[in-house]
Amino acid sequence: MFSLAKKDLLSLGVFALIVLAMPFWLSPLGAAYPALMQKLAIFAIFAVGFNILFGLTGYLSFGHAAFLGIGSYTAVWSFKLLTMNVVPAVVFAVVMSGVFALAIGYLSLRRSGIYFSILTLAFAQMSYSLAYSVLTPITNGETGLLLVQGDPRVLDALFAEPRQGLPVPTLLGLDMSGYAGFYFCAAMLVIAFYLSQKIFASPFGLALRGIKSNQTRMNYTGFNTRPYTLAAFVISGMYAGLAGGLLAVTDPLAGAERMQWTASGEVVLMTILGGVGTLVGPVVGAWLIKYLENIFSAFNESILQRFFSFLPDGLDTFVVTVTSKFVGDGWHLTLGLMFVLVVAFLPGGIMEGIHRIVRSFQRRGDREPDGSLKAQPAE
Amino acid sequence: MKSNNANVVLQVADVHKNFGGLKALSDVNLKVEEGRTHAIIGPNGAGKSTLLNVVIGRLPPSSGAVIFGNTVLTGLAPYKINQLGISRVFQTPEIFADLPILHNVMAPAFARRDGGFRVNMFGRTDRESEIREEAESLLEDVGLYAQRHGHAGSLSRGDKRRLELAMCLIQHPRLLLLDEPTAGMSRHDTNTTIDLLKKIKLRGMTKVIIEHDMHVVFSLADEISVLAQGRIIAHGQPDEIRDDPRVQEAYLGGTQP
Repeated sequence: MFSLAKKDLLSLGVFALIVLAMPFWLSPLGAAYPALMQKLAIFAIFAVGFNILFGLTGYLSFGHAAFLGIGSYTAVWSFKLLTMNVVPAVVFAVVMSGVFALAIGYLSLRRSGIYFSILTLAFAQMSYSLAYSVLTPITNGETGLLLVQGDPRVLDALFAEPRQGLPVPTLLGLDMSGYAGFYFCAAMLVIAFYLSQKIFASPFGLALRGIKSNQTRMNYTGFNTRPYTLAAFVISGMYAGLAGGLLAVTDPLAGAERMQWTASGEVVLMTILGGVGTLVGPVVGAWLIKYLENIFSAFNESILQRFFSFLPDGLDTFVVTVTSKFVGDGWHLTLGLMFVLVVAFLPGGIMEGIHRIVRSFQRRGDREPDGSLKAQPAE
Repeated sequence: MKSNNANVVLQVADVHKNFGGLKALSDVNLKVEEGRTHAIIGPNGAGKSTLLNVVIGRLPPSSGAVIFGNTVLTGLAPYKINQLGISRVFQTPEIFADLPILHNVMAPAFARRDGGFRVNMFGRTDRESEIREEAESLLEDVGLYAQRHGHAGSLSRGDKRRLELAMCLIQHPRLLLLDEPTAGMSRHDTNTTIDLLKKIKLRGMTKVIIEHDMHVVFSLADEISVLAQGRIIAHGQPDEIRDDPRVQEAYLGGTQP
């Protein structure tokens, strides 16, 4: 039941190694600090889950950030009411976003294509305004939901004296900030990736792919397609809830901006940039976007001036003026440009680019020493 | 008709289908008996595909009913109709173009085994050896075994049709509907397909076939109904149909097949 094909097992091993070794290979890139690595792991989970819906069934949801936000709010409430232990927080986050995904998916999946996308967007915007203003007693509106000293924390109160200051989320006594928090998120990412591998390799995954490929054929082949799409929607909503819960675990607050449409759009970009429908693509896309966001948004004009100081006078001011529009707050300009280039020239995303490179090497490898091509075996 | 109702698999009873003012089907009655191959022929626009669409639930009839065994199909969702045991080869092949050919054939087998919906996300497609072996042997029958790992979208139109046939056969349908199963095929492939369909017939599968190619029709059919302008104008054994002057006029145009 939990087994994987040899090829998948190997890629899971390599993937786990890469994720857990992040502190090592990210340090030359200047990104080996826990807060960023936590984000990399969390948004990779978000994208892997989104890909189960978008990559397998082809249904493009423009409202998945709603489930991320629901996960965060639920986790923070679990910290406030029950305990600072992260396990119930994460479990509640996943369950609650699953319940919301069931309701939103049930209604949205009555339509397909652009109408489905717009319905999900509408629901996400509704969730956003609910969180931002209408449900202020639950979400604390604009300020965002925070931990306070007077929170009941019934389970913690039973077992321990309250500590001085605000408590932090813990697992087996470990504070979930810093590296411990990163390794917890990393472990969750590896599990999330494994589950996605299982779904891809299962008859259920085959049915989801069939829906993307030809829904008519699916219906006339005896598949009741709507519950299949709903199951995929709920599963990917739960992934988003897990990601949202982990955001709250590593930093126990939740704000409505997490549910905004830009956040929903970002996960679409991550998935497409990396490679829709591939296992690893969404992870690559999420990492690239979050890493570059971190680098580019930190740049400012004085850093650029130092960077381009080798250029002759006049030219350097010009270059700095132009490039400064693409960094800092203008980082989204760079992201947009990158996205346009990838979609226009590599519609299969970065994974397609990698496959093309590998294939061109293989073709070169197939050449005989005299440069002629080997006879290809006829299939 | 000299048939005995107990053996009737499919019954089309007084079916009318109007598209606005156009009468696509008027008062169509049809009985298909167990194990027989029933051909429906007729000129273009006679309503043949419309009739199949009514049977599989793609179009609701304006009036009348379709009965399969003891079940009234009218109003049922297409997937339920398939689950009852009706599979169809479409006029334009409906296959999973992005999926490997082998998976194209395996997916319908999962629908047959697991029903309309089952979340077996911990199952493994590559461990389903029984279904895979059956799919492979069917692919061998239709001559696509060697390409089984290729993508279905890259096949020629004739090959897609044979793939679709294999996808229907793996479901062991009680009734197989074939909408021009040999269109777009070479003479050689047409003959292989005829042989394959004859072999299926020996296993007792009931078939309704729409076909323009008289060679195919007269090689396979036990009974023929002729549809013209939405009405059945003749019905009978192949020999009777061949010699029927109304049919000659409406469809065969005097050319001897």
